[in-house]
Amino acid sequence: MSVRHALLALLSEGPKYGLQLRQEFEARTGEVWPLNVGQVYTTLQRLERDDLVASDETGDGGPQNRFRITAEGERELATWLRTPPDLSSPPRDELVMKILIALRVPGVDVHEVVQAHRRYLVELMQEWTRLKEYAADRDLGFALVVDAELFRLDSVIRWLDAAEGRIKRAASDPPMDAAAALPKLPRRVGVPR
Amino acid sequence: MSVLELRDVSKVYGEGSSEVNALREVSLVVDAGELVAVMGPSGSGKSTLLTIAGSLEEPTSGEVLVCGAALSGMSRNDRARLRRRSIGYVFQDFNLLAGLTAAENVSLPLELDGTPAKAARVEGIRALDELGLGQRASRYPDELSGGERQRVAIARAVVGDRRVLLADEPSGALDSANGEAVMRLIRSACQRGVAGVVVTHDAQLACWADRVVFLRDGRVVDQTTTPPGPESLLAPSRNL
Repeated sequence: MSVRHALLALLSEGPKYGLQLRQEFEARTGEVWPLNVGQVYTTLQRLERDDLVASDETGDGGPQNRFRITAEGERELATWLRTPPDLSSPPRDELVMKILIALRVPGVDVHEVVQAHRRYLVELMQEWTRLKEYAADRDLGFALVVDAELFRLDSVIRWLDAAEGRIKRAASDPPMDAAAALPKLPRRVGVPR
Repeated sequence: MSVLELRDVSKVYGEGSSEVNALREVSLVVDAGELVAVMGPSGSGKSTLLTIAGSLEEPTSGEVLVCGAALSGMSRNDRARLRRRSIGYVFQDFNLLAGLTAAENVSLPLELDGTPAKAARVEGIRALDELGLGQRASRYPDELSGGERQRVAIARAVVGDRRVLLADEPSGALDSANGEAVMRLIRSACQRGVAGVVVTHDAQLACWADRVVFLRDGRVVDQTTTPPGPESLLAPSRNL
């Protein structure tokens, strides 16, 4: 989550004070990402240092200062909005590591390991769904954040389902030795961003 | 209070070398006002569980109780009456009768159970109204969208004094917005006192339930505990 760019986005609407930026940030993100006031002022100081924002008054950067976005800041915001995050390298996912390791540890039932994680994820999704049920109809930003979290958790459950099916099939029909069967394939993917 | 109960229910199809154990000693209790989702991969026994719970099929062994009454002790006619009066079904492909209007589809179970046509129609329109479809009551199924058809099917499933609502992949043919709307309606019906069971492979839909039961190879292998409440997600210490 880029607090830096979120603050630039809020300032693109007009000059604002630090406390005002904090309140608006939390309101626009459905209050899902709390932001402390120190983080707001530290980020504003860095943005000012990089000439992306300017303060209207001379001071110590505290609550009495009002900030506005500069032309350079507007260019930075426009570029950031259109630049996809780097998803080309698989993250070193702890859950994936656990399932891979569970396959190798003697005496471990990998299906039991998969189910423990699946249950935890479904319970988390139940909590997010309750939030959606009670609050999301009244707040578009919050509904978008909750949906993003539900889709993210759902994708992990889908991976667990697929992994469990693949492990089950492999147990009854072991795959060929991949190194012998396939030419060397690139392990990194990516497209120009 | 338990409205639906399965006690050690097993179901075997075929015999000898072609024998398939679809359900193995499954026990499940669903209370009034509770919505339970059953999740599992294809072939795990989800749909079999639902058809046995709804008295559409008999278990090989074990017992099913609806409102405290054991189905095995009932005559065929009594079971049919119980299905008409107390149990509502929602299917993935809606199962509406094409030659009947939305209101006629919804009031049909009441008429079959002896309610005079006029009173049944009033009750059917009231059920459609509750689901926001009052204005579409005189439309035929092919004049309705997929989401509207499923809402008619839900109205048909809860019309009258139904105590149990059983749904098999109720939003499988719908997009995510309509799927969510269907689950909200099913949850809302349960909150009015109906015991609901939804089988689905879709976690986003299962999560509308109070409890999620996991089925694998015909056995209940796990279930969720009661969620602690949504406010826990927004605690300041939460690392997001």
